[in-house]
Amino acid sequence: MNRRTGMLLAALVLPLLLVGCGDKLQWYVVSPATPAGRANLLFMLGGLKYTILLSMTAILISVTLGLLVALPGLSTNLFARSFNRVYVEIVRAVPLLVLILWVYYGLPIMMGIAINVFWAGVVALALSDSAFEAEIFRAGIQSVDPGQIEASDSLGLGYLDRMRYVVLPQAIRRVLPPLGNQLVYMLKMSSLVSVIGMEELTRRARELVTAEYRPLETYTILILEYLVLILIVSAGVRWLERKLAVREHR
Amino acid sequence: MSLDTALSPVIQLCNLTKRYGSFQALTDVSLTVASGERMVICGPSGSGKSTLIRCVNQLEKHDAGRVLVNGVELGKNRKALRSVRTDVGMVFQQFNLFPHLSVLDNLTLGPMRARKLTQDQATQLAMRYLERVKIPEQADKYPSQLSGGQQQRVAIARSLCMEPKVMLFDEPTSALDPEMISEVLDVMVELAESGMTMMVVTHEMGFARKVADTMVFMDAGRIVEQSTPGEFFSNPQTERGKLFLQQILQH
Ligand SMILES: Nc1ncnc2c1ncn2[C@@H]1O[C@H](COP(=O)(O)OP(=O)(O)OP(=O)(O)O)[C@@H](O)[C@H]1O
Ligand SMILES: [Mg+2]
Repeated sequence: MNRRTGMLLAALVLPLLLVGCGDKLQWYVVSPATPAGRANLLFMLGGLKYTILLSMTAILISVTLGLLVALPGLSTNLFARSFNRVYVEIVRAVPLLVLILWVYYGLPIMMGIAINVFWAGVVALALSDSAFEAEIFRAGIQSVDPGQIEASDSLGLGYLDRMRYVVLPQAIRRVLPPLGNQLVYMLKMSSLVSVIGMEELTRRARELVTAEYRPLETYTILILEYLVLILIVSAGVRWLERKLAVREHR
Repeated sequence: MSLDTALSPVIQLCNLTKRYGSFQALTDVSLTVASGERMVICGPSGSGKSTLIRCVNQLEKHDAGRVLVNGVELGKNRKALRSVRTDVGMVFQQFNLFPHLSVLDNLTLGPMRARKLTQDQATQLAMRYLERVKIPEQADKYPSQLSGGQQQRVAIARSLCMEPKVMLFDEPTSALDPEMISEVLDVMVELAESGMTMMVVTHEMGFARKVADTMVFMDAGRIVEQSTPGEFFSNPQTERGKLFLQQILQH
């Protein structure tokens, strides 16, 4: 979905929701016109900070981790490849919600450390996503023409230089669309961290529902919050794709 | 053999054997390339020319026999291989330029990362070789913006920037449109005249006549004939050599 269709969709859906359902909708809870509504709205938007912070921190870690797991998967060494397979298969098999609960309640007991809600969320999201990132990177790196590797080898470049200057720049351009997908997925899945009490968008909405008992209006606003956030991120990813493509084939 | 050693061989292959699975691509290939020597290798498709030339810088690992470059035996020690590779330039049929880097960056990458030159030194070097292949004005373009002939000249310049002791060419003009072949061959002739040691796989017999010191004719993974171009073209010693020349010189 590009930016224009996104806007169009929002423009169609919003008025429908606002007027279409008649007296079933009581928008006063989040009406910007009244002081109470404004306060509720701001309370909900306050969760944005943690949703973004959580997702961005987690995606940075999971991309790095994913790359580090992908590289042994491309090795000629059987042991290295097995490590990659085992990691991907195990991590991919754990449901995210279960992983969040395990990291928050289980990990501190196992490691004898205290972990706060934010870092528990980051660790769980990053770990879970890293298996997918690893597969994306492996596919991207494998798609680079073997002639590129032969050219690097014949220039006497070592493994790290070859990866850093030749293979990864080309692989990353190709995997930007799936990486963008993972970023969107991460933003949405961060809502699950609300179960351990993270004050992000979803948690704030649930608290407001408990206080005001207007679930329809509150959760509708919540959906719109995610929609807008993700449309902006999608536009950003597309901009990056275009920018990198232009540099290659001006 | 003693004469060859006196001329200080850059490349020595002894009883080289290479298999792909159960298929024998090279059988008992031995040859020596002396410093300054220009060797042209020809032969029918599938005869093992690419395999041979790729064994020299170990893009293919041989199964038996020995590969020595500047007296260093390859295939055992990884560290030796990397330093040898900076001494052996390679030009590919498909150019293999780095598409995400500008022409200049294609040329400076090797010198900066493998030879540890500074950016300034590498840029100077790159511009010098771009002038030598006659496209200094394309330095800031990307490979996809150049013609095939220009791309191959950039690829040659990229190898030269490593200031190698020997250049390997694997059918450098086979992927080019006919009108671009001569601009690449001209650069290669000039390179030969400058004294570069060269090992060239090509079907361009005009080029071979002009620059080759030694002609090698391969068939079915073996060296079938090795002689001077004069002898090879006027009087090939084998039936297969004759047949090959007939087919290729018909055009
Ligand atoms: N990676 C590979 N795996 C299996 N067989 C291979 C491989 N590379 C080459 N061969 C086989 O080895 C033989 C020699 O191949 P090579 O590429 O060296 O021939 P060539 O003389 O360069 O031919 P051409 O003129 O077509 O380039 C061919 O029969 C080819 O099919
Ligand atoms: Mg070949």
